[in-house]
Amino acid sequence: MVRGLTYLLLFQLCGEIISAFLDLPIPGNVMGMGLLLIGLMAGWVDVKWLEDAVEVLLSNMALFFVPAGVGVMVYSDLIAAAWLPIAVATIISTFVVMAVTGVLAQKLENREQGNVD
Amino acid sequence: MWTELVQTPLFGIGLTLVVYLLAQTLYRRVNSVWANPVLVAIIAIILLLKGTGVEYRDYARGGDMILFLLGPSVVALAVPLYQRREEIWKRKRLILAGIFAGSLASVISACGLAWLLGGSREVILSLAPKSVTTPIAISIVDKIGGIAPLTAALVVLTGCLGAVCGPEFCRRIGVTSPVSMGLAIGTSAHGIGTARMLEVNRLAGAAAGLAIGLNGLMTTFLLPILMALSGF
Repeated sequence: MVRGLTYLLLFQLCGEIISAFLDLPIPGNVMGMGLLLIGLMAGWVDVKWLEDAVEVLLSNMALFFVPAGVGVMVYSDLIAAAWLPIAVATIISTFVVMAVTGVLAQKLENREQGNVD
Repeated sequence: MWTELVQTPLFGIGLTLVVYLLAQTLYRRVNSVWANPVLVAIIAIILLLKGTGVEYRDYARGGDMILFLLGPSVVALAVPLYQRREEIWKRKRLILAGIFAGSLASVISACGLAWLLGGSREVILSLAPKSVTTPIAISIVDKIGGIAPLTAALVVLTGCLGAVCGPEFCRRIGVTSPVSMGLAIGTSAHGIGTARMLEVNRLAGAAAGLAIGLNGLMTTFLLPILMALSGF
């Protein structure tokens, strides 16, 4: 558990450093995910060292978003000032994206599976 | 004594955990997607803070410690991605195509609708990266001239909506494979959607995690091009 968490935090730190130095538009944690994937593929990191920490974090990931959501209360005035375009655009666009990505991916997936069979 | 207690991290952490556990219990009892524990916990905590007059600042002392765990969790998404690398790599073309189309659809539909409904330039630009994970969305909005706090709030609202309605919506439109559903919800509802997908299936979670990173990258580079093309 401690070893896994240490590796995750070290990879995040490396991600933060690279992101800051190269002035990239990618946040350190997403960069850290990419670096860890490289580390695993290259065999520098054994997935067994990480498994228990990863299990704890990923099965509770939804909880970690709760404080971020509570933060919305600070900006309620900004939303209230233009609530109609904001509400309509946010709601409809969320479904549009799911439909576009999902249907395209599913169609391509079905076709590729058809080719294999 | 109360004011001092409220200002320790114990308050924010304790409140978040207790409310979240209660929300999970409610979710198990009530058979409705709207009883989503994240959504219910967020609303309940906001109402509790407003009702008792506790400042968000005080809550955040503990809340930020829970939020900190998001960082290593995003890094941890590399593990399901690694474990399912063969299934993911086999589908690389449809993954890239799906996320690219979603990134484009997100910016065009969100900005177009806000423009049609008379949103100001700043509101329209703040909506542009609403499906992108918070840190990338903020850096995008800082560059194009939107309101960063508004974007942060919209990103969270989009994530909640996608996590709550996403799985059922996908099933209804015939998107049922773990990879396609993970991509759809990860591209639309970033981290909050990914957390939801991880509860369903690890392969769907891996695809959603990949979509967070790739959608963020694609939107970063697409948005300036779209703005130049539309002359906005």
